[in-house]
Amino acid sequence: MTSGLTHLQRLEAESIHILRETVAESDRPVMLYSIGKDSAVMLHLARKAFHPSTPPFPLLHVDTTWKFQAMYEMREKMAADSGMELLVHQNPECVRLGINPFDHGSAVHTDMWKTQGLKQALDHYGFDAAFGGARRDEEKSRAKERIFSIRSPQHRWDPKQQRPELWRTYNVRRNQGESMRVFPLSNWTELDVWQYIYREQIPIVPLYLAAPRPVVERDGVLIMVDDHRMPLHGQTPELRSVRFRTLGCYPLTGAVESTATSLTGVIQEMLLATTSEREGRVIDFDGAGSMEKKKQEGYF
Amino acid sequence: MAMAQEPLMATDIEAYLRAHEHKRLLRFITCGSVDDGKSTLIGRLLYESHLVFDDHLAALEEDSRQVGTQGGDLDFALLVDGLAAEREQGITIDVAYRFFATEKKKFIVADTPGHEQYTRNMVTGASTADAAVILIDARKGVLTQTRRHSFLVSLLGIEHVVVAVNKLDLVGYSQQVFDAIEAEYRAFAGEIGLSDITCIPLSALRGINVIEASPDTPWYHGPTLLAHLEAIDVEDRPGRTPFRMPVQWVNRPDLDFRGFSGLIVGGSVRPGDSVRALPSGRTSTVSRLSTFDGDLDMAVAGQSVTVVLDDEIDVSRGDVLCSDDQPAEIADQFEAHLVWMDDHEMLPGRPYLIKLGTSLVGATFSQPKYKVNVNTMEHLAARTLELNEIGVCTVSTDRMVPFDPYVSNRDTGGFVIIDRMTNATVGAGMLHFSLRRSQNVHWQALEVDLAARNTMMGHGSGVVWFTGISGAGKSTIANRTEQLLHAHGVHTYLLDGDNVRHGLNRDLGFTELDRIENIRRVAEVARLMADAGLVVLVSFISPFRAERRLARELAGEGRFCEVHVDTSLEDAETRDRKGLYRKARRGELANFTGIDSPYEAPAAPELHIETNACTPEQAAEELLLQLRRMGMVS
Repeated sequence: MTSGLTHLQRLEAESIHILRETVAESDRPVMLYSIGKDSAVMLHLARKAFHPSTPPFPLLHVDTTWKFQAMYEMREKMAADSGMELLVHQNPECVRLGINPFDHGSAVHTDMWKTQGLKQALDHYGFDAAFGGARRDEEKSRAKERIFSIRSPQHRWDPKQQRPELWRTYNVRRNQGESMRVFPLSNWTELDVWQYIYREQIPIVPLYLAAPRPVVERDGVLIMVDDHRMPLHGQTPELRSVRFRTLGCYPLTGAVESTATSLTGVIQEMLLATTSEREGRVIDFDGAGSMEKKKQEGYF
Repeated sequence: MAMAQEPLMATDIEAYLRAHEHKRLLRFITCGSVDDGKSTLIGRLLYESHLVFDDHLAALEEDSRQVGTQGGDLDFALLVDGLAAEREQGITIDVAYRFFATEKKKFIVADTPGHEQYTRNMVTGASTADAAVILIDARKGVLTQTRRHSFLVSLLGIEHVVVAVNKLDLVGYSQQVFDAIEAEYRAFAGEIGLSDITCIPLSALRGINVIEASPDTPWYHGPTLLAHLEAIDVEDRPGRTPFRMPVQWVNRPDLDFRGFSGLIVGGSVRPGDSVRALPSGRTSTVSRLSTFDGDLDMAVAGQSVTVVLDDEIDVSRGDVLCSDDQPAEIADQFEAHLVWMDDHEMLPGRPYLIKLGTSLVGATFSQPKYKVNVNTMEHLAARTLELNEIGVCTVSTDRMVPFDPYVSNRDTGGFVIIDRMTNATVGAGMLHFSLRRSQNVHWQALEVDLAARNTMMGHGSGVVWFTGISGAGKSTIANRTEQLLHAHGVHTYLLDGDNVRHGLNRDLGFTELDRIENIRRVAEVARLMADAGLVVLVSFISPFRAERRLARELAGEGRFCEVHVDTSLEDAETRDRKGLYRKARRGELANFTGIDSPYEAPAAPELHIETNACTPEQAAEELLLQLRRMGMVS
C-alpha cells in the first residue's frame, strides 16, 4: 500500500493523520503535556501536523507541584518555542491539603493530583478531545487499546462503549457531554520514540541523560533529592551517576545507575536493557491490573 | 536476545541506528483459534526478537510453573494471553496489537481473540493488515474456520497470505501431511480469489521453521516464517494507483497561505501536477508540497502533507484531491459489501451516517440482495443483517461522494457506518461500483416544490399540534416525540408556547385578542416550516377550538395532526411544576386556562393521550404510529 517509506515515516504520517482528524472534528481539543519523552514526540508531531499554522489547541499540564525542577524548565521552554498556549492546572483541594507522596502515599497522591486534577481541568475548560502520549507497547493490557477512546460526561471509560477502528477511518463523533481521549502514539514502541527523538533532534529533559545527582535509596529504588521537601530520615544523599527512564513526580520516580551521557548512549543502554520501562514507575507497584482500574476512574 | 545477535548495537550504536532508521513496516494479522497455537506463535516471535524483558520473563517463568501447559517449560502463550481474564471482566476486546522488530523490519501484529464476535474482530484487525498468517493445526487440516478466515482475508483485500501449518511435531514432521494440506488449501483459495499464498510447515511450540530452518523438515526448502514476513513486499509500485488525498483540514494561518492537509492514500504527487478536486470537479495545479521540514519535490502514498494549489479553487474537508487524468468516480448510489457489527440489526431504509475517507454523509441501505454464510460462502436470502453478518446491499448517500472501488483503493473504497443517535460504529462497508454513474446524469431543472423538498428530506412534512391545559405534559411528550423522530432521521422543529412568547410574540399579552393573535402567528410559522419540508411540533395550550381550526386550515387537511394531551385539572394542579396554578388561585394570574378561562377540549383529535394511562415514551411511540398512518413519516 505504501512506497519506499521507512517505519518511522509511516508512524509519523499516521500520528499526524490522527491529530488532524481529531482537530477537524472537535470543538475544543487540548494536548495533555506531561513533559516526558512521549509528550515531547507528540508535541513535535503536532507542530508538523499543522505547520505553518501553530497547532490550534493549547497544552495542558496537570501539575502536582512535585515534578522535577528540570521538567518545569523544559515545560516553559517548549511552550515558548511552539508558540502554543500553556495551561497549568493544580488541584486546589490538593494545594489546600498539601497532598504529597510522603504523608499521603503514592496512591492518594496520584489519584488526587492527577486523576481528580485532570477531570477538574477538562471540566473547567470544557475540552471535548484530549491527546495523550500513551503507547500500546507499554504493558500487556494496553495492547488492545483504541486510538480514540470515548469517555462519559463523568470521564469514565466504559469498556462496552468502545468502538471498532477500521482502516484509517476514525469515528470521532460524540454525544452531548461525552469526550474523547486520543492516543496518536498508539503504534509507537519505546525504541521508535527514542529513534525519532534522535533523528529529529527533539529537545528532551536532561534527566534522561546520566549525570551525577544526589540520590537516596528507598525500598530498593534510587530516589533523587530534587529539593528540600524530601524528608531524609537521617539518610545522606549520595552523588551517583544516574538517569531516568520515565519522568513523573520526583519522589515516585526511580533512577537507574548509568553512565550514558549522550542520547545514543541512552538508546544503546535501552537496547541492551533487560528490564521493562515501567518498572521505574512506583505507581505500578500498587498491584496487577492497577492501570486498568485507574483508567476506569479517569486516569490517563 | 536469542535471535538478535547484534553486536553492532553494542559496538557502534550510531551505525546501528542508521541501519534501523531504514527499516520498513509490515502489519499483519494472525488468524486461528487458541487451540491452533496462535498465542504461542506470537509469544515466540516477541521472545525471539528480544522484546521480552527480564521482569516480564521472570513473571513468565512463574506463570509457566503455575498455570502453564508445557510442564514447566516456558509457555509463550502466556506472554500474550491475559485477554481471557479481561473478557470475564466484560471488556470488549476486538483486536490486540503487538510489536516486534528485526534488523530488516518492524512488525505490528493484529491478534484477534475469541470465537464469538469473530467476524467483527477479524474484519477490524484485517482492515489495516498488509498480510495474513492463517494457522492450521496439522492434525486437523483445512477446517471450516480456515475457510472463514480465508474468506474474510479475501473480502478485506489482504493480498499476501501465509498458511502456517502448525504442530507439525505432532504428526511426525510428515511431508505427506503438509503436502495434502497445502494442495487442499490452494484449491479452495483459488475459488475465493486469493493468489499470493505461501505455505510453511512449522511448530510454534518447538520453534521449528519460525525463525530458523529446522533439520526436522529436510524436505522443506522454502523460507522460515520470519524470513518470509521480512521479505513480503508491500511497496506501492509506481503508477499502480493514481494520486488520491482526502482533505482533512484546510490550513490557513494567514491571508498569504492556504493549504490542504491530508494523508496521501494513493499514488504520488509533485509540484506542477494537475489535480482535480472531487466532488466539485474543479481542476488546479499543485504549486507546493509544504511540510514542517521544508517543501517536498514529491510525496507518495503513506505521507501526510499540505498541498498548496496555484489558484483559489474552493476545496474543503471531505473533498478528495485526485490526479487529473485518473480521477476517482463520484456517485450517490453504490453496491457494497456490508459487515454488521452492532447488537441492533441493520434497518433497511433507516438513515445512518457513513464515513468514507474524511467525508461524513447520510446514507441508507437497501434490503440485502443476499447475505453470505461465512463458513460455506453460500449466498442466502436476507431481510436485514445482524451482528457479525455480511451481505451485499445498495447504499444510497444523501449527496455525491468521490470513491474508488475497494479493490483498487482501501482508503477511498472502505467506509464505516455510524448510528445517528448513539454515534456508535455499527458496521463497515466496501464499495464495489456505482449504480448510477454521475457522469451520465444531467440534472433536470426541477421546479422546487413541496414534493421535491419531501423527496430530498426522505419523508413527508406537516404540523403536529399538541393541545392541553397547563402542566398536562405537552412539552414532555413533544420533546420525546422529537427525539424519536430525530432518531428515525426525520427533520423536525419544535415550537414551544413559552419560548415563542420570548421572541416572536414578545409584544403580546394574555387578553383574548392577544391569545388569538399569538396562535395565528404560530400557526403561520408552523405552516411555512412544514412547507419547507419539516415535521413541525407545536406545543401550545391553545384552549379554543376556533384557533386550532385556523391552524388546521393553514396547514391543509391531512398535514395537520391534532394531539390532545389530556389530564385532569386536579392532577395538573397537584403537580403544578411551574407554580402557575397556585399563583392563579391567589388571583395573581388573570385568564388562566382551567381556573378563570375555559379549555375547550378537541372533539375529534387525531390522537387522544391520557397522561395517567401511559408514559411519555409510550405516548411518543403511539404518535409515531399515527404519523406513519398519515404518511408524514415513512
